[in-house]
Amino acid sequence: MRCVSVVLLLCVARLAAQDPAEVTQKPVTIPEDLAAGERIYRIQCASCHGARGEGGRGAALNRPTLLHALDDRAMFQVIARGIPDSEMPGHWFTAREIWQVSAFVRTLGRLAPQNVRGDPASGGRLYAGKGGCARCHTVHGRGGAIGPDLSDIGARRSPAYLGEALLTPESRVPDGFLQVELATREGGRIKGVRLNEDAFSIQIRDLSGQFRSFWKSELAELNKQRGKSPMPSYKAVLTAAELDDMIAYLDALRGER
Amino acid sequence: MRTLWLALALALHSPAQVPYDRIVKSAAQPENWLTYSGNYQAHRYSMLDQITRANAHRLQVAWMYQIHAHHKVETSPLVFDGIMYISEPPNDVTALDLRTGRPIWSYRRGVPAVPVCCGQVNRGVAALDDQLFVGTLDAHLVALDMKTGRVRWDVEVADYKSAHSITLAPLAIKDKIIVGIAGAEYGIRGFLDAYDARTGKRVWRFWTVPAPGEPGNETWSGDSWKTGGAPTWVTGSYDAGSNLLYWGTGNPSPDFYGAARQGDNLYSDCLLALDADTGKLKWHFQFIPHDVNDIDANEIPVLVDAAFRGQPRKLVLFANRNGFYYILDRVTGEFLHASQFATQTWAKGIDERGRPIPNPASAPSPEGAPVYPDDDGAANWYSPSYSPQTGLFYQNAREQGAIYYLTESPYEPGKRFTGASRRSIPGEEPWGALRALDAMTGERKWEFRLQTPPWSGVLSTAGGVVFSGDMQGNFFALNAADGKLLWRLQTGGGIWANPITYMSDGKQYVAIAAGSAIVALALDR
Repeated sequence: MRCVSVVLLLCVARLAAQDPAEVTQKPVTIPEDLAAGERIYRIQCASCHGARGEGGRGAALNRPTLLHALDDRAMFQVIARGIPDSEMPGHWFTAREIWQVSAFVRTLGRLAPQNVRGDPASGGRLYAGKGGCARCHTVHGRGGAIGPDLSDIGARRSPAYLGEALLTPESRVPDGFLQVELATREGGRIKGVRLNEDAFSIQIRDLSGQFRSFWKSELAELNKQRGKSPMPSYKAVLTAAELDDMIAYLDALRGER
Repeated sequence: MRTLWLALALALHSPAQVPYDRIVKSAAQPENWLTYSGNYQAHRYSMLDQITRANAHRLQVAWMYQIHAHHKVETSPLVFDGIMYISEPPNDVTALDLRTGRPIWSYRRGVPAVPVCCGQVNRGVAALDDQLFVGTLDAHLVALDMKTGRVRWDVEVADYKSAHSITLAPLAIKDKIIVGIAGAEYGIRGFLDAYDARTGKRVWRFWTVPAPGEPGNETWSGDSWKTGGAPTWVTGSYDAGSNLLYWGTGNPSPDFYGAARQGDNLYSDCLLALDADTGKLKWHFQFIPHDVNDIDANEIPVLVDAAFRGQPRKLVLFANRNGFYYILDRVTGEFLHASQFATQTWAKGIDERGRPIPNPASAPSPEGAPVYPDDDGAANWYSPSYSPQTGLFYQNAREQGAIYYLTESPYEPGKRFTGASRRSIPGEEPWGALRALDAMTGERKWEFRLQTPPWSGVLSTAGGVVFSGDMQGNFFALNAADGKLLWRLQTGGGIWANPITYMSDGKQYVAIAAGSAIVALALDR
């Protein structure tokens, strides 16, 4: 492993020797750089990471926070050197190309703030009160765990997407939240969200938030309800103005407290 | 008695610990696992029958060996004379004491920054006489002293800077080491090589993409042959009677952008039959002329002598990444049969000569075209198993599609050269199954469903048991006749490897790489 590190350091050092400023200092990104980065991404990255960073063989990049690339230096190193414990290889790009593609990758997971009509403060009150959202969702460490954590949802999802998710939740079931309904051999029926599954067992969080684990041999029925969601539609719950306020509140959730 | 001791002493000190003849006659010593697939015919089947369908539920972990690298562990161990030999990622080799799982020696080798498509992996070593052979990620072939792990010789097979790499287990035949190459996602020009086992000198090279003036070059437009791919990164099989080597080749490069390489693109996506002494081509069969879906024929050719439609024949069986199960005459290369064993949409069918009828709707397009299977295939490098006892061919099948968007594909050495991006099919939950096919008809006899597409090989035994694993870490034993579950173990790590079996101290063991560990299992006392 030490040998690998030495060689990789030499590799990056070679780049550094060519143009130290380009390696150590992120250049200002101009639109042409983003376009060049998009092209590099399309040719070199998208076959694993997906055309829009949605992931596949490689990790999803359409996230505001990338675990192996928390800052720009880390992103540079991941692209140059790869990730040792994964299929992510190092790349023989120039330093400028790396900065270009990293600038583009950042755009995949962080939506710029947009003009939204509603009042986020009012939306926050609806979220906590009339909407009852915190029963299932977490924001900044508080709330339930049946639905996704929404602490950075505004950076990940557009206002239009959020509106659709509120009005027709079945059309926007996020990955990792498959609704399942199962019947035990003793006659019990349990509905919940799948946490994990293999050929022999399934683990779920039931709609009261309880963790449950079953061997499949204990089940009389296992119904995977694709396209369904435990989340109710807010069409009849919120007025149009309230919906705008809720979207404004969610749009303002960008990971920072 | 004295003579016996002398013979034993000579045997122990003989440099020819694993002579070629011993590998040819591997069926006579099922207590060992002498070559990648167990025998040259690549059956991954064992005559051992101590573990049976009646007692497999008593399997227990005997020992585990933890590998200290965290890449996928794809090794298929070799076992003989009380020692297990494994490769560790990226290209290290370790000898383990068979009784205890304790390491005896390790060969450690660093790697430079090699561009590889699919992880820094290695699938195992070859043994011949008193040496072991390992291919390296930076495209070297290394011979090691079997007793110490010390390097005897180390030769460059190809330049890693143009993205050549070696991930397969080499194949030892007579006095030669056969080694294939990877790198078709980076536009290499593929080949298969043979090296003198004593000296490391290259004996022959068969280019899987012919140069101008060679037969087949006319199937490549312009200069596209120079970056034509057709890699050879999965270990082939060998017929010692005819001295023919059988080897699958991979996709043409760029993988998805067919306009850049018009023509049939020989010898990509082929099964090759080569003279093992000279590397001369005896015949070839191209599964997919002009592949635009990256569905390589880098799978295991399984050699079987059996009655096919009432006639005794020498056959080669091949479960292809493209979703079809093929039977060919291995003497002539004649196409005999193809039937679908997994979902596929890239072809409308296979004609009577074995040539596919392509489905244009599944060719990558700028707007995106869905296709089954995806480029990981219905099968892949992991091994099938053929049981002469049941007459069944056991294949782990992957059920997963994807949508491919055509992109430009400029060639630059060391950079990806594929010509498409991919997305998952919305709403699809990929799955898999271990399927048992009638080896002579391809008819499915049973399947054992898996949660996600598998990357584990299959082992079958004379005990009537089939062993395999899944990506959720389950290693399991099934009844070879009907696929019913006999036993399972949650190993805690996804299985990307082929199982083997052997005897030690009078007990049958099964071994598998799971997560970062080698797990050896035997019946309880």
